[in-house]
Amino acid sequence: MAFQILLNMFLGFMWMFLTTTYDPVAFLKGFLFGLLIIFVFRRFFQSRFYLLRVIAVINLLLIFIKELILANISVLKVVLKPKLDMKPGIFAFPTDLEKDWQITILANLITLTPGTLTISVSDDNKILYVHAMDMGEIQDEIDSIKNSFEKAIMEVSR
Amino acid sequence: MNEIANIIIIVLIILGAFLSLVAAYGVIRLPDVYTRNHAASKSATLGVMSILLGALLFFYVKDGFFNSRVLLGIIFIFMTSPVAGHLIARAAYNSGVELWDKSVQDDLKDAPHMKKAGSKEQS
Repeated sequence: MAFQILLNMFLGFMWMFLTTTYDPVAFLKGFLFGLLIIFVFRRFFQSRFYLLRVIAVINLLLIFIKELILANISVLKVVLKPKLDMKPGIFAFPTDLEKDWQITILANLITLTPGTLTISVSDDNKILYVHAMDMGEIQDEIDSIKNSFEKAIMEVSR
Repeated sequence: MNEIANIIIIVLIILGAFLSLVAAYGVIRLPDVYTRNHAASKSATLGVMSILLGALLFFYVKDGFFNSRVLLGIIFIFMTSPVAGHLIARAAYNSGVELWDKSVQDDLKDAPHMKKAGSKEQS
């Protein structure tokens, strides 16, 4: 991916030198044409076309912000409810992610999800231990949300 | 245009202050370390973030001055606060702080790496 971005920058500079105009607009134009060239030649690269990965990162960021807002609404509900009738607990969540940065991002996402907080990661990086605010009703829902997170993180690193 | 911006700024600042208040109230009211950590790590994050965003927009609309340090502050808080919440909860668990009586499940107690550390026996 980094190689493709570097190549795209190089093509942008190439465009500037070919047209002998040295301003940001010319660079941007060259960058866009370079993007087109890289798209046409995408099957010669080892990894996939890098714009897809950029889109996946932006998608992940949007999920982060959306979950943060939802989490705040749910905390608001629990704190301002007259009776404290939630059932907290710690459950084990097996994860398929392997690299350290993926697990870090997943743990941060879980911490910012409604009603969950990562407490510990097992030594072999296979299981995350998650404290949930309300065990009974949202267990299944949490699992589905996590699967969508995992998919979004996988999409970035594919 | 200016009126709309003003309304957005007012809403952001008041929302941030309100969320910080809820976080403080949750820290007082909730029963144990872990549930308090929920309130503190989530509400305080979004509260401070929206107050900073309001301040950024205010100075941008009023003086036309875009202070990128505030933007960096928002990003840093967004990145570090869930990690801080995780570390506090983890440190609390490792030093043997009990869960609330009404907690229904504790998978971490039987986890192999917790037994090896032997921290539950000390408590």
